[in-house]
Amino acid sequence: MSDGTGTDEMSTSDHPTQQVATVEHDGDAAERFENPGLPEHRSRMADVDPKAARRAERQVAALFGLSVVGTIGTMVAYFAVKFEGISGSNAYLQRVQLSNILLGSGLFLALFCIGIGAVHWAKTLMPDEERIELRHPMRSSDEDRAAAVEILQEGAAESGLGRRPLLRNSLITALALVPLPAVALLRDTGPMPGRALETAPWKAGDKLVRDAGGGPIKAADVQIGTVIHVMPDGLQETGAKLEERAKAAVLVIRLNPDDLGDAAKAGAYDGIVAYSKICTHLGCPVALYEQQTHHLLCPCHQSTFDVTKNCEVVFGPAKRPLPQLAITVDDEGYLVAKNGFKEPIGPSYWERG
Amino acid sequence: MTALAARRRHPMATVVLVLLSLTVVGLIYALAAPGKATAAPASSDEVAAGKQVFLANCATCHGLDAEGRRNAPSLIGVGAAAVDFQVSTGRMPLQATGPQAPASHENKLGTDKTRQVTSYVASLGPGPSIPDADQVDPAKGNEAKGADLFRTNCEMCHNFNGKGGALTRGKYAPNLDKATPTEIYEAMLTGPQSMPVFGDSTISPENKRDIIAWVRGVNEEPSPGGFNLGSIGPVSEGLAAWVIGLVALIGCAVWLGAKAS
Repeated sequence: MSDGTGTDEMSTSDHPTQQVATVEHDGDAAERFENPGLPEHRSRMADVDPKAARRAERQVAALFGLSVVGTIGTMVAYFAVKFEGISGSNAYLQRVQLSNILLGSGLFLALFCIGIGAVHWAKTLMPDEERIELRHPMRSSDEDRAAAVEILQEGAAESGLGRRPLLRNSLITALALVPLPAVALLRDTGPMPGRALETAPWKAGDKLVRDAGGGPIKAADVQIGTVIHVMPDGLQETGAKLEERAKAAVLVIRLNPDDLGDAAKAGAYDGIVAYSKICTHLGCPVALYEQQTHHLLCPCHQSTFDVTKNCEVVFGPAKRPLPQLAITVDDEGYLVAKNGFKEPIGPSYWERG
Repeated sequence: MTALAARRRHPMATVVLVLLSLTVVGLIYALAAPGKATAAPASSDEVAAGKQVFLANCATCHGLDAEGRRNAPSLIGVGAAAVDFQVSTGRMPLQATGPQAPASHENKLGTDKTRQVTSYVASLGPGPSIPDADQVDPAKGNEAKGADLFRTNCEMCHNFNGKGGALTRGKYAPNLDKATPTEIYEAMLTGPQSMPVFGDSTISPENKRDIIAWVRGVNEEPSPGGFNLGSIGPVSEGLAAWVIGLVALIGCAVWLGAKAS
């Protein structure tokens, strides 16, 4: 294939401008722009200069050689970097780091160099020519189309669907019923949520127990400015049911009682307040408490709650305040829940809006 | 020995025995139990010298008697730990007003003056004292327990590796890489700036030492992947993936499509 063929193909609309003007084009771009045709063929260095061709050949071979080096390097790294007899986890991690870096770089060289070598070969040394393939209409011939319609009609007539209504109706019934088992099977793939979204595992008299550290909390021991992450007694162990723990997370904060607004004071005990840690926006744990501003910040979308104002939203996408857990102390002075949460904790769901 | 054996059934023998065992148990407990944070009682010279340091460096904002002013809290009863933390990390004396006092890790008063002003403020009212070397020794802490406690109490602000994170309005939880064990302990005890207080009833002294052990341990741990990109999670990792990875892919695509010269 050569330049000549290319220009021949394009020649019809290539030069005669007056001819273009006479042809009807309702607002076509061709009215204003000539078809520029194919750009002139430009020969590569390797096509005209045998030295350049040899250089390209050497470059490709060098890239393939580099790939061999990478492969050998990978093998050497795999067998030479040993993990036996290392004491100390940091020394071990250092060895893992070395192994990972060597294996990664070796495999990168081995694969990447084959790839760019092959592309470089194709671009510089393999034949370089323009080819033109004309686009043909997609539509089948009229005879073919008529034959296809005839086959379909013949099939419909032979099946006798129109003549035998019993068969037709029973088939429709059978097809309509087939999906029914799927409905039952899909419904039973997991437990229904029931009232799980509305309830949290806190009830009146539940002791507030430190999460992670364990142990109940004496109200008198809590300093002003303290934050304690708590769970109801019985759920503090990490082995407890995860869904229950996720809903039960509560943050206990002690403020100067004078700083607390009236709404927050209702469930407070001597300046100690307890709020659900689950953001009312999308359920992230809201636990970034700023001691001086008394703001609680959610790290996910920066919803900010004001603890002094009963955890009202002061910034961000959350719509509802964090639910308060009303608390008091038992006979021994330990913090306990006065009652459970009065409203569902956490983000909205369909029934709640 | 025979005298002792003879008095074995004496009515007072039980009482003596109980008293004796109580004394022994008490002594063992006193020796083995972790000591309360105690500092050597400051001499009156130290306190007097500390007052001069205070008047020269702190009184402008905190008041002549450390009673506090607008934007500067009262220092009566904050304790030696709070002063030592603020001064030895270079947060105080404050260099410029801003959302919060940044740590420069450069003590502007020097160790002597820091000790003096610490004794002066500690003399104003009872407060938490500076922990001793044993209480903050990372080698004596349990890293695994510390990691558990860190994830529950500290991680939300200071990031999962203690690299710090943003708070509201320009405030932030600092990176803990440069914090010394004593500073970490004092910060938990006193709750500086935006940080809440984690007193001994919230996190026991042993647990504080566990946390210190973990913070120091995770800071020294090498990254198995080669580069930890600051250990700040998806922000730096995403940036590296998009900038380096995508630019490399686009470069390859451009090279593939370009005609050889």
